[in-house]
Amino acid sequence: MTRPLRIVIAEDAALLREGLVGILEKAGHQVVAAVADADALLVYTASHRPDVIVTDIRMPPTHTDEGLRAAVAIRARHPDIAIVLLSAYIAEAYVAELLESTTGGGIGYLLKDRVSHVREFLDNLGRVTAGGTVVDPEVVRHLLARRRNDGPLAALTPREREVLALMAEGYTNPTIAEHLVVSEAAVRKHVGNIFAKLDLDPDSDRRVSAVLAYLRGASR
Amino acid sequence: MSLHADAWSAVRGNPWRFLLSAWPWRSLVYLLSTVPLGIGVFAVLAALVGLGVVTAVIVVGILLLASLPLVTTVIAEIERARLRLVFPQVSGGERPTLRERLHTWRTLPVSWSEIGYAVLLATVGWLVDAVVLTLAVTTPIVLLLAPVLVRYDAVDIFGWRIDTAGEAWPAVAVGVVSLAVVAYLVTVLASAQAALTRLLLDPPEARLVTAVTELRRSRAGLVDAFEAERRRIERDLHDGAQQRLVALTMTLGRAELELDEGPALDLVTRSHTLAEQALEDLRATVRGIHPQVLTDHGLAAAIHELADRSPVPVDTDLHLAGRLPARVETAAYFLVSEALTNVARHSGARSAQVHAWVADATLTVAVVDDGHGGADPTRGSGLAGLAARIDAIDGTLDITGPPGGPTHVRMTCPISVR
Repeated sequence: MTRPLRIVIAEDAALLREGLVGILEKAGHQVVAAVADADALLVYTASHRPDVIVTDIRMPPTHTDEGLRAAVAIRARHPDIAIVLLSAYIAEAYVAELLESTTGGGIGYLLKDRVSHVREFLDNLGRVTAGGTVVDPEVVRHLLARRRNDGPLAALTPREREVLALMAEGYTNPTIAEHLVVSEAAVRKHVGNIFAKLDLDPDSDRRVSAVLAYLRGASR
Repeated sequence: MSLHADAWSAVRGNPWRFLLSAWPWRSLVYLLSTVPLGIGVFAVLAALVGLGVVTAVIVVGILLLASLPLVTTVIAEIERARLRLVFPQVSGGERPTLRERLHTWRTLPVSWSEIGYAVLLATVGWLVDAVVLTLAVTTPIVLLLAPVLVRYDAVDIFGWRIDTAGEAWPAVAVGVVSLAVVAYLVTVLASAQAALTRLLLDPPEARLVTAVTELRRSRAGLVDAFEAERRRIERDLHDGAQQRLVALTMTLGRAELELDEGPALDLVTRSHTLAEQALEDLRATVRGIHPQVLTDHGLAAAIHELADRSPVPVDTDLHLAGRLPARVETAAYFLVSEALTNVARHSGARSAQVHAWVADATLTVAVVDDGHGGADPTRGSGLAGLAARIDAIDGTLDITGPPGGPTHVRMTCPISVR
């Protein structure tokens, strides 16, 4: 890790909270607060101004989407703070809601299982802190598996969809080229086609917009 | 109250105990109250029918006649209450109260037995009681008071002429005996009359209906209890074993970072994979018991997840705003789950659709595929178990699968909370 991050963690299960703290501190980051509910998350985020928050979605009292709502509130008040949401399972409602708030700092949606793959998790955390959008590959695979026969995404070729899916996972063109075993130029061509087919506003960050369009289309 | 449950069993029991019990008195009150009530009912019925017939030409009469079942319902309700004098345990079940019944009087079914009973009460019923009561009450009184009465005039009772004081004293003895006889007579008559009332107003079928209603309710209760138990197991697994396994995988993940290449790292990596598989197995089990996403986010989200998991592409068309009662959500979820499993396993379908919507307080869920059909709900599949489950929430399950397809699986059920 290039620079140590200041992090606030919110997770109601004590074992996992401790595990997260252990992993992040071992990686050289500073966990400025580790709390068990959304209210405490809001309080400590406001007072400590961390670089990134890592929060469980499902927390007391209702165990539904407290973490997500707290994240939306934090995004509204402190748009520069990066957010990593952890979910125990794939629920598309989350993805859709998450995307509504994607302006500002980076955002990540990861399954909890990802955390145990420590290197991958730290890597994702780094990308989110750098302003990237990261959606768990498992979630992306799920969304990809869904049949789509409407919307602009229907116009994409299977290859372009593959490229877009990798973009959604936060990969850059060279990495995508490596993944698909094609040249970087080929990837650039696919990306260009995607932008054109999705009719994206050239003034916006088209890469992010494409991913959003993709995920929105997939999660409806 | 005495040891006997009703007047009739008291009559058949120990005579001394019977004579000293409250039953003869309760029976007397029952018969005594029949007389004015019967006369009242006669007056009301006669007025209603008379006026009704006379004014039938100007429509008012028809309305009056139409209100007859309403009136007899009220009478029947009074009679059921009065029955408790001799049959205290009568009609223990759940019968709509008079208020509820009157509230829905427009749709009140005409009860011919109630009308028949009212007519019987207004004509024969109170007359018989009046005659019997007159005899039953006056006879012992006259006999007991014979020594006093003979001073003024001879007493003539049932052909027995008493005109001297000497004859009057045996009459007192007979009077005492007649008290006992009267007690029996009154109680037997009251019991017989009450039995007839019960037959007409609280017939065995009605009691069966009550029992079935009760059974339905208790079955729904069982389903709820079962459901609550599943949720508890899900919660326990989620909060217990699952958290520990997640913590274990995290610890193993950290250990992997600490270790250098070598056999130790290989073992830890292997352990990590095994722990993840255990976690995945546990999650699959929890999903089968009661999926978390259903608890947290409701039917639509849970059906989306099922659709995503299905190896056969599934289109969803869900119109479900808000949450439904838990037992409805669960039944619908497992229906879709089972139907999609069958689609993937047996149908040979290339695609399937799940439709769900709520209209008129009824949830309809339909799963349709384009497979080769021939679904047999009676054979093996978990759909048979689901039929019972859906039945328990007053729903219906229809499966049509003509050979050649397509297969429709459709459930409807009310979403009102009972």
